[in-house]
Amino acid sequence: MRLPARLARFLYDFIVGDDWRLAAGVAVALGVLALLVAAGVPAWWFLPIAIALLLAESVARAARSSR
Amino acid sequence: MVEALTIVLAVALTRGWRSTLVGVAVAGIALTALVAALGPALTFIPIDALRIVVGALLLAFGLQWLRKAILRASGYKALHNEEEAFREERERAAAAGRDERAGLDWYAFTLSFKGVFLEGLEVVFIVISFGSTQSQLGLAAAAAAAAFVLVAGVGAVVRAPLTRVPENTIKFAVGLLLTTFGIFWAGEGIGVDWPGGDAAILALLGFLAVVSLVLVRLLRRARVSARLIEAEA
Repeated sequence: MRLPARLARFLYDFIVGDDWRLAAGVAVALGVLALLVAAGVPAWWFLPIAIALLLAESVARAARSSR
Repeated sequence: MVEALTIVLAVALTRGWRSTLVGVAVAGIALTALVAALGPALTFIPIDALRIVVGALLLAFGLQWLRKAILRASGYKALHNEEEAFREERERAAAAGRDERAGLDWYAFTLSFKGVFLEGLEVVFIVISFGSTQSQLGLAAAAAAAAFVLVAGVGAVVRAPLTRVPENTIKFAVGLLLTTFGIFWAGEGIGVDWPGGDAAILALLGFLAVVSLVLVRLLRRARVSARLIEAEA
């Protein structure tokens, strides 16, 4: 494997890790939060709840697939 | 750091200290250079943009740690066994051929360099994230250096892998902290007004801790139920 490809692979494993859906979910949650803030909604509650739901869904899926 | 220490000790005790320690030193210099180069460069980025980027990265990174820690604590993923990793590393080091380059045992040098550099990158990431967003890069780097000295010192004294370190508990706590700060900084960068200002960090930490512990309990219960159903079938 060439160096740029190895570096990209390393960065992917380092930041995204085992569950790409979790990282994608974080990106979507931040996007939705930005829209809520831009619309003037006091959205401080949104990100903690979104992250808790993402985490719960990710561990539940991992547990199901390991059975 | 504990995992890096296991690799370094296994290689040093099997192949000798000199080349191994040169590998550790070169990795240390490379990591220090990375902090010195990236840290000041980040100060040119506007603080809100920096908080969004750092917050998003901390969230992705912290959630990985938290996810693994929850799966390990609930029995769905095997706990990291430092003693076994040490034994396997020693077997590999003993079986590897001898290749001398630049007066060094190349196997010992490259393995200790890779072990320390790759494990150290996680530390560098945390140092730069926390240091740059709080304009305290020196303090964050000093704290990481102190942790390195502590782990290396204990390793030098006991000359064995640190099997008694409650690794999953530490990873659980680090995952919680990284995710908490990730939520706080990403939110702040986007424009969220946290109720209570900085005190919201403690509330976020408490909330995530409760959620994580509830998830561990639910997963453990589901695992026990699944085993009972299997046993009855």
